[in-house]
Amino acid sequence: MVQCFLIHTLCPVAGLPDGGSRVLFSRVFGPEDSALTGPDPDLSPEEKRLLQKEKVAVVARQVRSACSLQREASGRPAVEAMLGEETAAMQEADSGVLRLGAGDPFPRGGCALWLAVQALGFTLVCQPHENLLLAESSLRSLARICLENLRLLGPGSEVVLKSDRIEAALHRLLPHGQLLFLNHRFGQILDKELAVYMAK
Amino acid sequence: MYASGTESLIKQAREIQEEELQKFYGRISKVLQIKDYGNETVDSLQRLHLIVSATKYGRTIPSDLHKKLEALLSSPSSPEQLQVLCSCTLRESMPVRDHSLSAEDIQDSRTISHVAAVILAQVGHKNDLDALCNQLLKSLECRQPECQISRHTLPILSKVIGFSPESLTEDHINLVNRKLVDWLRYASVQQGTSMSSGGFFTGPRSRQPAPMTEVDGAVAGDFFTVLCVGQSYTEDQWMNMYAFSMIRKWLLTYDTEGTGNADAAHLKRAQFIQLLSQDDKSEVDGSVMSMVSATSSSSRLLPPKERLREKAFEYCHRLIEQSDRKALKKADMELQKACLVEAVTIMDIICKEDPSFVYRAFPCIKALYGRLSGDLALARAVLPIAQFYLNHSETAAVDSEAVFRQLFSQFPGELFNEALLAYEFTQFCRANVGVLCEGVALYRQSFPNLLKFLAWNSPALISEFMELLPSLLSPETAIEILHSLLDLPCLAAALDLQLRSASLQAPEKTLWDQGPKVPSSLEAFRQPFYRGMFLYILRPEAGTGDTIDRLSMLHEVLADMADSPRSVQCAQTVPVLLHLFFNTVVQFADKKLINQLVLILLERSGLLFNIRNYKTEVQRVFSSHLLVLCKLHPSLIVEQSRELLEFTGTTANIYSKEDLYIHMVWVIGEYLSVSHDARCTVEQITSFFETLEAVLFEITQVRQLASPPRYSPRVITVLMTTLAKLASRSQDLIPRVSLFLSKMRSFALSAAVTSCYSEEDLEEILTRAHELINLLKLPSVAQFVLAPSARGDSPRWHRDTNASLPLSMRTLSSLLHKHGSFQHC
Repeated sequence: MVQCFLIHTLCPVAGLPDGGSRVLFSRVFGPEDSALTGPDPDLSPEEKRLLQKEKVAVVARQVRSACSLQREASGRPAVEAMLGEETAAMQEADSGVLRLGAGDPFPRGGCALWLAVQALGFTLVCQPHENLLLAESSLRSLARICLENLRLLGPGSEVVLKSDRIEAALHRLLPHGQLLFLNHRFGQILDKELAVYMAK
Repeated sequence: MYASGTESLIKQAREIQEEELQKFYGRISKVLQIKDYGNETVDSLQRLHLIVSATKYGRTIPSDLHKKLEALLSSPSSPEQLQVLCSCTLRESMPVRDHSLSAEDIQDSRTISHVAAVILAQVGHKNDLDALCNQLLKSLECRQPECQISRHTLPILSKVIGFSPESLTEDHINLVNRKLVDWLRYASVQQGTSMSSGGFFTGPRSRQPAPMTEVDGAVAGDFFTVLCVGQSYTEDQWMNMYAFSMIRKWLLTYDTEGTGNADAAHLKRAQFIQLLSQDDKSEVDGSVMSMVSATSSSSRLLPPKERLREKAFEYCHRLIEQSDRKALKKADMELQKACLVEAVTIMDIICKEDPSFVYRAFPCIKALYGRLSGDLALARAVLPIAQFYLNHSETAAVDSEAVFRQLFSQFPGELFNEALLAYEFTQFCRANVGVLCEGVALYRQSFPNLLKFLAWNSPALISEFMELLPSLLSPETAIEILHSLLDLPCLAAALDLQLRSASLQAPEKTLWDQGPKVPSSLEAFRQPFYRGMFLYILRPEAGTGDTIDRLSMLHEVLADMADSPRSVQCAQTVPVLLHLFFNTVVQFADKKLINQLVLILLERSGLLFNIRNYKTEVQRVFSSHLLVLCKLHPSLIVEQSRELLEFTGTTANIYSKEDLYIHMVWVIGEYLSVSHDARCTVEQITSFFETLEAVLFEITQVRQLASPPRYSPRVITVLMTTLAKLASRSQDLIPRVSLFLSKMRSFALSAAVTSCYSEEDLEEILTRAHELINLLKLPSVAQFVLAPSARGDSPRWHRDTNASLPLSMRTLSSLLHKHGSFQHC
């Protein structure tokens, strides 16, 4: 299962500390195991929410750092893709994975699978022993859908204003955090459904 | 890409004033009241979501608006976009006290899913999920055709059982087991009827249901799986896909036999299979039988759990067969790989639960390995196969040598630059580290290859290797691993060259004669002259046990790579690995190994790839572990006296390796003593004394006027103290050292020195000299103070061993002082 999906920045953002990352979208597929078995079962809903947001922020920062180290090591010059060049941007995207130890920050650990498209990171936090080949293709599909339908390569702010589109995509491709074995036809049918949703 | 507009929107959402927010809530409440679901409402709900989700601190939506959002969410007639918006807004906002959303009486498939998302997000106690769980299970039980099963039932269940497996009773589990069997094994093999009504002349009735096809376009040969392609899918085919997606988790959660129970179940199963002669493949209506169905064993009368196991196994078997087909679409090719990983993993789980499956699985797994082993593009699917061999090859008496040979030689050697494979590979090693160490000799043997993953991906994999390194270490491999760790940045550079060289065309002319000029690293990589060096650094297996002579030449050749970010990143991970190395090695090292390690410290402290700060960092690690090694085996000072004399007698070492030099001199003073090794002779003490005396003389006298000292004052104090220590053990030397120490004043006061050292430093030097002179006036006391007993750490004067002397001297003098004043009283 996937613990959460997030979209976050990989570039410096005014007002954030060095190495910080602005989380633009996050969807945690609750409940977390710790809600009952963890060390703080008696947290108030408010505290739980705060804890969850902090956890997501930790992952975003870790991914940002992993990504910048990897980009530095590869030494490839960054290619700027513009609105409409989503396919090219996806092909140029860097990707990687980092292990999250138990409790750091999620109770059971797992790994963060990330895809870096220019200044934006798309991250799936997977539970341990998840099928990463499947997770990778799901993450790519999600990133592609987000890029295309939220015009992420352009200057707009759809990512925060029209985040229901991301929710609708997650609802189909990653229902309740379940990775799906979708062959190209299953994928096309869901894509078509999504296109109807996006057209509204 | 990321616009400042977005940033300011987030800021606005966070800083919205309470008054304005209440007005906004009121406005939304009003439009929802009149059921105005137009664009403006959507826009407002989108803004509402941004406002509640943008801040870390939860916002409480007024209860009347909260209820309206819930009503909108729970109503099947609401447009999906509004349901989505309500669902995500409710998830992000604080729940209303004493009220919880319920999924009861909701029949609509989509609505249940969106409502469940809110319930799952806000669950506080296990009981909170009971109602949802019951409703989902009730819908599964329903036998009426009009009873709709939500497509998302299985993903929701999957989430619930991860959270609290005990939410499901035994009956529930059996029910789901039965349903899973139905979906997995008996989904329709015909395509679903297309939604389109056809053209004007072709009414819907004239459409014959077409059969499913395989990914290569052939008509599906057997039961439906996720690798079957059709224009559209029936509900049970959708459920087949959801069922397979969650089956691994389900089996891991509920397919565990209690201890002692396994044998009974096994027996029961064997009896069933013997008793039944009639096959149950008739359940698949009229489809062409493939291998899997044809060999399907009778299972109808098995208990649900065993039956699911059987059917899941057949499903995986079929997937493995289907993955051999040449997919027409790239997406399906990718899915085939993911299916292979999943299928082999599920077979592994089933075989663990019921070992009788092992004999059925192995022919299939073996054939699969045969297929995959030649194709590196499928390398990641080999990892679960290796896991299968590791778990079951003994049971089935199957030879696993070839699998592990490929795993440990070809993968790291050729695929080190694939981040995901590297990650999965190291996870495989981590998960099986005990078995690999004991049962697979190749594992330790292949450490040079495994380190390629680390060298290439060092920031990403450092924590994995922190766990793996101790398992690679043994008395036989320790020395070679130490060299390899020190050469890790070179390995990173060499791997880079290997990749670049492979991507270049073959050189147009042979590069035999380049003359004495040092070529670029890439040219050198392709020259036969340097081939041996690169073969060594890129070797796949341990074997040399040591290092090569021409290491400095390799460093020279690689000089243009010293600034490459990859080498630098790699170099930054080495110190932490070295710490771990020494901490692990001292747990098993014998005296011989410790002697060897110290010699390597001396040799390699200067023989390192010239990356900024790398030498200094490594020497710092060496220094701290030198102390530990000497403490474990103090005789090494006597045993390695020749090398130590050479090292400490070389003044240049002060300038290039000051930290290590200081520590080396200190351990000589500390451990060169009869009390630590009876073989220690007066001659040895004298020769160390004379060597160090000459060094101190050289650095304090000769260069005094030429230029200010280029070393820290600590070098001087450590040398003075060590000389005094040695003198206290061979008292003929006391006058010499006292005379020498008395001359330190003129050194400390010379212009060059005062210009360079701070006043405190100078004072420290003078005080130390003065104290030592005084101490040496009483040789028997000096012997006691300057040579702590071998068990000297029992009354620990100070945690820092380097600082123990001044402290002990101070304690002693204060004791004497007290004693004196006591006498006066």
